[in-house]
Amino acid sequence: MNGLALHGGLSVHRIGAMILRYWYLLLSSWPRLLELLYWPVMQVVTWGFLQTYIAQNANFFARAGGTLIGAVILWDILFRGQLGFSISFLEEMWARNLGNLMMSPLKPIEFLISLMVMSLIRLAIGVVPMTLLALFLFHFNFYSLGLPLIAFFCNLIFTSWSVGIFVSGLVLRYGLGAESIVWTLMFALMPLACVYYPVKVLPYWLQYVSWALPPTYVFEGMRALLIDQVFRADLMLSALLINAVLLMTSFAAFLALLNSARRHGSLLGGGE
Amino acid sequence: MTQTRLAAADPAGSAAIEVSRLVKVYKKICAVDDISFRIVRGSITGLLGGNGAGKTTTIAMIMGLVLPTSGRIQVLGHPMPQESDAVLGRMNFESPYVDMPMRLTVRQNLTIFGRLYAVENLAERIAGLACDLDLNEFLDRPNGKLSAGQKTRVALAKALINQPELLLLDEPTASLDPDTADWVREHLETYRKTHEATILLASHNMLEVERLCDRVIILKRGRIEDDDSPDGIMARYNRATLEEVFLDVARGRVQAAGDQIEGGQLENNQVGRGREAAS
Repeated sequence: MNGLALHGGLSVHRIGAMILRYWYLLLSSWPRLLELLYWPVMQVVTWGFLQTYIAQNANFFARAGGTLIGAVILWDILFRGQLGFSISFLEEMWARNLGNLMMSPLKPIEFLISLMVMSLIRLAIGVVPMTLLALFLFHFNFYSLGLPLIAFFCNLIFTSWSVGIFVSGLVLRYGLGAESIVWTLMFALMPLACVYYPVKVLPYWLQYVSWALPPTYVFEGMRALLIDQVFRADLMLSALLINAVLLMTSFAAFLALLNSARRHGSLLGGGE
Repeated sequence: MTQTRLAAADPAGSAAIEVSRLVKVYKKICAVDDISFRIVRGSITGLLGGNGAGKTTTIAMIMGLVLPTSGRIQVLGHPMPQESDAVLGRMNFESPYVDMPMRLTVRQNLTIFGRLYAVENLAERIAGLACDLDLNEFLDRPNGKLSAGQKTRVALAKALINQPELLLLDEPTASLDPDTADWVREHLETYRKTHEATILLASHNMLEVERLCDRVIILKRGRIEDDDSPDGIMARYNRATLEEVFLDVARGRVQAAGDQIEGGQLENNQVGRGREAAS
């Protein structure tokens, strides 16, 4: 173990090596960099104009200025956070490099930590320009949300990592045939997380499902802040608690799927 | 001559790999069926067998990439995969089932794997490997833009980056032209001599096995069909080359009961001698 090893056998060296690997990869391809910017920009432009139009024609939206663009940006943090995690993982599958990594001293937790760091880097590349565009084009200052923004961000990124860890485990076990789950699973959460509308819109029984998802608390919290100018710390704490459970569960599921992949020999193939 | 090489390679008699009653069943297919062997430190052992004989599965289980259904594996004195943390940094591998990332340059790839293996003086180590394996010409070229021979040399450089005590190679010269293949073999021989390393290689290339290996384990349908030095096996089967032996085994010209082979008589008690000795 090298000198930079942390307690529990985690190695900063190995985590750093993996981050460097993804950084080299990102810089080696301008389409990859452009793709990080393209969709967030398209999202904010489309939804920004829609919000402008609605605000001109409806009193409520005029009063609750920014809820749509705010929701779009927060949704993108959730979605891009998971994609940033999962795409870095998929790069290993596409490159058929997973066997090399699994055979090296790299530990699963170190691998996952490097994917988390990469999701933050990829997210910053995509979302920061998005927020600047919202400011200059639609006069919506995302950063004016202030300190609550940190609570929103942390809760969303924790959920995105939980989903990312779980779907990566599925791809590890079932190969690239399960790749579509990476791109689609988060959209299954979208209607339930009440991104663009309050939870009370949902049928009563479905509200229970909705409140089991941490992003619901964030989007409700955002609306409370923008419409009623109230920061709901209780919502953020509840979200944090559920996120802690989700993260632990997804990590346990990842390890179980990794073990299953080892039993079934899927680490050697990784194809469809 | 082979006996002398073996004795010199392992004066203390310690084992780099010990496999005991190893079984791997995928659903209803038995890929590895109750095999046992012991590989001494400093030796080169070849795993021979046709497609589906269980070579890759055996190597993958030794590496910890595949979990055995039953049996025991000990690598460099540690049980695998339970104590893999203690050995993964001391071993390495090359396999046609994995690639190096294509978009990264050779230098970037070696830097990353060097860091994963905590190699000291990494820049010097990469420069040394580039010299030894003749990589300098394309060290800053993306891996995806290299020829098959160049990629194999890079994969070998990755496998040697941490100067492993144990090297596992799955078809190390597959799809290489004879010149490059010969060059790779020569390098492996030199590495074994200079580092007193143990090498286990799976191969379809009989000449390669004859040239490199102190010992050959022949697998068929997941079981050990024979286990001895190349000379010993050829003498016992009364064949001039391992390729002829391989064909005898692959085409079933060796009978389990009578051990009849075309062109010669095989003594029943000699088949699997190494396996019995190992278990």
